[in-house]
Amino acid sequence: MSASHAMADAVTMVRRNLVHVRYYPTVPLFVAGIPVLFLLLFVYVLGGTLGAGLGGGRADYVEYIVPGVLMFAIAGGAQGAAISVATDLAEGIVARFRSMAISRGAVLTGHVVGNLLQSLAALVLVVAVALAVGFRPQGSPLRWLAAFGVLALLALALMWLAVAMGTAARNVESASNLPAFLMLLPFLGSGFVPAESMSGPLRWFAEVQPFTHAIETIRALLLDLPLGGVALAATLAWSVALAVGGYVWARRIYERRSVR
Amino acid sequence: MNAPRHPAAITVRGLRKAFGATSVLRGVDLDVAPGTVTALLGPNGAGKTTTVHILSTLVAPDGGDVTVAGCDLRADPDGVRAAIGLTGQFSAVDGLLTGEDNLLLMGRLRHLGKAERARRAAALLERFDLVDAARRPAVTYSGGMRRRLDLAMTLVGEPAVIFLDEPTTGLDPRSRRAMWDQVRELVADGVTILLTTQYLEEADQLADQVAVLDDGRIVAAGSPDELKRLVPGGHIRLRLPDAVAFAGATAALPDARPDDAALTLEVHGGTGARDLRAVLDRLDRAAVEVDALTVHTPDLDDVFLALTGAPTRPAEHEEGPR
Repeated sequence: MSASHAMADAVTMVRRNLVHVRYYPTVPLFVAGIPVLFLLLFVYVLGGTLGAGLGGGRADYVEYIVPGVLMFAIAGGAQGAAISVATDLAEGIVARFRSMAISRGAVLTGHVVGNLLQSLAALVLVVAVALAVGFRPQGSPLRWLAAFGVLALLALALMWLAVAMGTAARNVESASNLPAFLMLLPFLGSGFVPAESMSGPLRWFAEVQPFTHAIETIRALLLDLPLGGVALAATLAWSVALAVGGYVWARRIYERRSVR
Repeated sequence: MNAPRHPAAITVRGLRKAFGATSVLRGVDLDVAPGTVTALLGPNGAGKTTTVHILSTLVAPDGGDVTVAGCDLRADPDGVRAAIGLTGQFSAVDGLLTGEDNLLLMGRLRHLGKAERARRAAALLERFDLVDAARRPAVTYSGGMRRRLDLAMTLVGEPAVIFLDEPTTGLDPRSRRAMWDQVRELVADGVTILLTTQYLEEADQLADQVAVLDDGRIVAAGSPDELKRLVPGGHIRLRLPDAVAFAGATAALPDARPDDAALTLEVHGGTGARDLRAVLDRLDRAAVEVDALTVHTPDLDDVFLALTGAPTRPAEHEEGPR
C-alpha cells in the first residue's frame, strides 16, 4: 500500500462522509443547532441572573459563556462521529471495504475528518450567532487563530476517542450514549459558571478536569486575558494523548471486529 | 468432471477455524479451476459463510493453506484483495449514496482515473438495468435492485475471482433468474466464481462443480449430476385414471411400486429422457392411458439425508409435471 494510495483512500472516505450529509442532514443540524440553542437559552433566559452573579450583567455573561458553548459544540460533534461510524459498521458496506485493497485506516479516518469538518463549520456558526447576540472578543487576530487551532486540536482528539467508542459499541444506540458524558463536561467545569462557585467535591473535579483547562485557555485567547501556562500545557498534552490513544484503540477494534 | 488443465484459481488445504470453543471449519480442502463456477452447498451453520469470509480476507483462519488468484492469503492479503470481488449475504451498498455514486466510489477505491470510473459506472448501470434509478439513494431501491447494485459494485474492479455468498436468498423468481444470467455472463467472460447456496437447483443451474459442506467438512464434491447419482430417491411417478388402467400399468411395469389407494406407481431408478421413454413405450404397448406423470429428482434434502443422515428442511417438494 503506497502512501499516495493511502492518502487517496482517506480523501475518498472523507468525501463519502460529507456526501452522506447531503442525504441525511439531521446529524449536522443537531451538532450545530443544539449549541446555538443552549447559547440563546443561557444568554436570554439565565444570562441576567448569572451575569449578576459574576458581578456584571447579561452582556458580561455572553463574554463568559462562549468558550464553554464552543467546547459543548465540539463534544456534540464527537457524539455525531460515534453515531456515524457505528451506523456504518452496522451495514454490509464496511465488509466490502475490508475485502478491498484499500488503506486499512481509511474508513475511520473518513469518519474522523468528515465529522471534524462538520464540527468546525458548527463552531463558525456558533461564533456567528454569539457575535450577533453581543459577543465582543478583545483578542488579536493571532490570538483568534490560536484559539481556532486549539479548538481544532481538541475536536480532533475527542473525535478519535468518540470514533473508537462508536467502533467498540455493539449498536448505534449505545454508540450515541457512550460519548454523551463529554457533553456534560463543560457544565461540570468552568464553561457556564466559575468552578469556584461550585460545592465541595464537584468544585475539586471542576478545577482539575481537562475541559476546564481547555475552556480557560480558549477564554484567555479570545478575551485577551493572561494565558495560563499550566492550562495551555495540560490542554495540549491531553489533546495529543486522546488523539493518539483514540486512534490506536479505534484501529485495534476495527481490525478485530469480526463481520457478521 | 474434467481435471483442471490450468493452475487452480482457488486452492484450499486443511482450512480450520474455530470461534471460541465452537469449531466451524474442521479441515476443508477445495480446488476451483479458473473460469468455472463452484457452488458451496450446505445447510445453515455448515461453515459456508465462514469459508467465504476467510477466502475474502475478512476473517483470519486458524490453520491451513489458501491461495487465491496465485496470491497466498497470509503472505499477501492485499494481493488477494486486489484480485477478488465479494458480494455478501447482506447488502453491501451505501444506502445514503445514489446507485451511481456507489459505483463511482468503488472506482475511486480501485484507484481508477476519472474517465475510466465514469465509463465503468455508466456501463454497469446499463448492464444491471439501473439507469433510471442511478440518481436515487440506494435506500429507496427494492431488494432485487439492491442486489443488482451490489453485484455491479463488485464488478467495478473487474475482479478475476468473485465470491457470491447466497446471491439469490430472498429474491423473487424473476430476480433470481436475472442473477443466474449475470453469473453465466461473468463466467463466459472468464471470471472464476465461488458461490454459496442452500438451493440444489441453483447449484444445478450454475455450477461446474458442487462441494457439499457439512459440519465444517467437505462431505462430497463433483458435478451436480455426479452428486445426484450418489443419492437414491430419483423416480418416475405415474397416476392412473381408474382401477383398470392401474391394473394394466402394474402388469406392464412389474418393478414399479404400486399404491392401490392413490392409483399411483413409482418407477425407481433412472430419471433421464431415455428412462422416461422406456416407461412410456411399455405403457403404450399395453395401451394404458396415464393421467399424470411426474419426475422426482433428488433434491437437497435427499442429498443431505444420504450424505449426512440429517435432513436440512422438513418440507419436501417434487419437480412439477414434465
